[in-house]
Amino acid sequence: MFKLIETIIAGKIQTKPVNNMGAKNFRGELEVNSIDCIKCNKCVEACPVGAITTNQVSGLPEIDYKRCIFCGLCVDSCQKEALKHTPKDAEPMLGEGNFAAMKTLIKSRIGRSLAIRHFDAGSCNACDFEMGELSNPLYDLHHYGMYFVASPRHADLLMVTGVVTRNLEQALILSYEAMQEPKLVMAVGACAASGGVFGENYATVGQLDKLLPVDITVPGCPPRPAAMLLGLAAAADLYAKKKK
Amino acid sequence: MMLRIKPEELLSSAAICAAKGQNVFTAMFGSDERQLGGGYAIYVLFTDAQKHSIKTIRVEFAADSELIYESLTPIYPAADWYEREIYDMFGIKPIGHPDLRPLVLHESFPDGYYPMRKDVDAKLQIRGKREYKMSTAKGAGVFEIAVGPIHAGIIEPGHFRFSQAGEDMLQLDAKLFFTHRGIEKLVEGKTVDEALLIVERICGACTVANTLSYCQALEKLTVQTVPKYAWLIRMFLAEIERLYNHVGDTGNLCAGLGFALVVSMGGALKEKIMHCNESLVGNRFLRGIIVPGGIKQEISMEALQELKTTLVEVEQSYNNIMELLANHSDFLNRVKTTGIVRKQTALDLAMVGVAARASGVDTDCRRDLPYGLYNTVEFEIPIEHSGDVYARLLVREREVTQTINLLRQIIDQLEKVEDKSLCYANPEYRTNEGSWGISESAHGNNLHWLMLDKEQKIYRLFVRSASYPNWPALTIAVQGDIIPDFPLINKSFELCYACMDR
Repeated sequence: MFKLIETIIAGKIQTKPVNNMGAKNFRGELEVNSIDCIKCNKCVEACPVGAITTNQVSGLPEIDYKRCIFCGLCVDSCQKEALKHTPKDAEPMLGEGNFAAMKTLIKSRIGRSLAIRHFDAGSCNACDFEMGELSNPLYDLHHYGMYFVASPRHADLLMVTGVVTRNLEQALILSYEAMQEPKLVMAVGACAASGGVFGENYATVGQLDKLLPVDITVPGCPPRPAAMLLGLAAAADLYAKKKK
Repeated sequence: MMLRIKPEELLSSAAICAAKGQNVFTAMFGSDERQLGGGYAIYVLFTDAQKHSIKTIRVEFAADSELIYESLTPIYPAADWYEREIYDMFGIKPIGHPDLRPLVLHESFPDGYYPMRKDVDAKLQIRGKREYKMSTAKGAGVFEIAVGPIHAGIIEPGHFRFSQAGEDMLQLDAKLFFTHRGIEKLVEGKTVDEALLIVERICGACTVANTLSYCQALEKLTVQTVPKYAWLIRMFLAEIERLYNHVGDTGNLCAGLGFALVVSMGGALKEKIMHCNESLVGNRFLRGIIVPGGIKQEISMEALQELKTTLVEVEQSYNNIMELLANHSDFLNRVKTTGIVRKQTALDLAMVGVAARASGVDTDCRRDLPYGLYNTVEFEIPIEHSGDVYARLLVREREVTQTINLLRQIIDQLEKVEDKSLCYANPEYRTNEGSWGISESAHGNNLHWLMLDKEQKIYRLFVRSASYPNWPALTIAVQGDIIPDFPLINKSFELCYACMDR
């Protein structure tokens, strides 16, 4: 008992500010060096999920972060080292409007509440573990006024991971229908956003927006908890707007 | 060793391979080999721990013969789910199976639809309506509680049906495979490198174990060998994966009884290791480094140093957590004698990993079916005998000590290695030949079996994660305990849904 009290008293605040820069080696957002790029299209061919396309005007590669699984094969394929991963998280995307404008909003408004319902629609559990990490003392989701709730009936936001499977299709739709208006849907990770490496087959329905309207997409495979936090902040703002 | 037999010889052949229970029933799966000139086949695998080998039975169904065989389940209870899955996916029927309900394909699929058959289009979505009946207990005053597939916390999906007599759980039936993504069908016809990306994403928490099993199965099909440096890094990553899971699972277990302080301590500690993963590999789940033939990139000395410092911290903080728990009488009261799995049950179900070792079964594939350089390092395999939640926690605790110790030994070797070759080049794999690979994940041994076609593409891949044999044990462990203890018992097993559902 004394040990318990001692541990509680000795414990310090461990929470860190949100940092969207990963460790030095982290495979985050891609950066194209337009001077070195010889427009050979090797990266387009190397991408296993078809996330890279060639820009019709400039001829440079363009990355669709809804698809990207951050595997690094495009970087390996580049002979000129013109393509590389930066340690920065790819930014969350909004269904409507652009994220840059939203970012100023996020900074200006602190103090709001968002009730989140997690929904695993067929993920590999990596996204879900990272979501679980949001509650640990380092990220401490609660101090932003956001929390995970036990039922979709109490939720403002449905946070969906994974490619939607046939076996979970019905539960997903029922959960969404159980939510009160206004309600938001977030696609977390490449699988929910685009079907990822799984796509559509006999067992999966495919990406989330085939079934539900997606308001926010957080790219990554899986996204780091910090990237999810940024997405949640955007969601909180969007929710405040919708509620008005 | 492989026995090729007719369906009617299965029971007698299994008896030979099991050698009176000395060899453990390891896996069983179907394969549609009609395109290779035969018919359907069922493979049954037994592990001979003494001889460090796996005995394979290949049950061959002649083309156009009736797809039935005598069920193994009445004699080998561990075969239960495997046989149900084979019936679901291939339509090969075990005669005499006590419970032939659907397992993998739920209500939205029609009866008589067998997606793993080669002539079924992988992309086609066939819809229908079939019945999925939950198994329940009946009697005066007995009522049911239905939980899931969507749970209150951040947990993977599964439906649990409890039959209750008051607070006591009489029976539990688990409906799983909600996250079934058709992975085994999806990889068919893909090159080994394309399939690797999918294998990496079978399960987040077992990324390294799955990748390692897959790569080893492939590597057995070529004469080239994996460089020493690559193996050291692979073992290093496998042990880190075991470490972060064990540390996180210890914290999570306490969430099962609302002990918030330890949940936070465990979570914070796990996060520190995850941060090291980011520096080491560039991905928090250690994705994108292990490839068939070796590894893709070196590990920087800087990141290695960071991990060494973190290890000291993890060791100390983890010991603090365990000391806290060991002296907390309320905690001990909850975990001792709760959720017991007897040794005989563990043997009957051919359980693996922490859960098996907590019930007194001495099993660990790093020793029983040694791979890589595990024979050059020293480690103990902790065993407990009481089979309850506390025993599973203690096994985990002792494994953390062993794993930290192992990591230090591997780092020592890594620092001395001079030849830093990463991977073999341009391998030629033998085709039309079955091959298995195994590795010890945090939850137990993880087995992959694969066969390549003439064009060096995947013909069949079977994935049996550590959770597969352990899930049925959970439904037995809860019997007689009260329902508030279910989350605790469940978390003490810490079973993955994703890598079992595939």
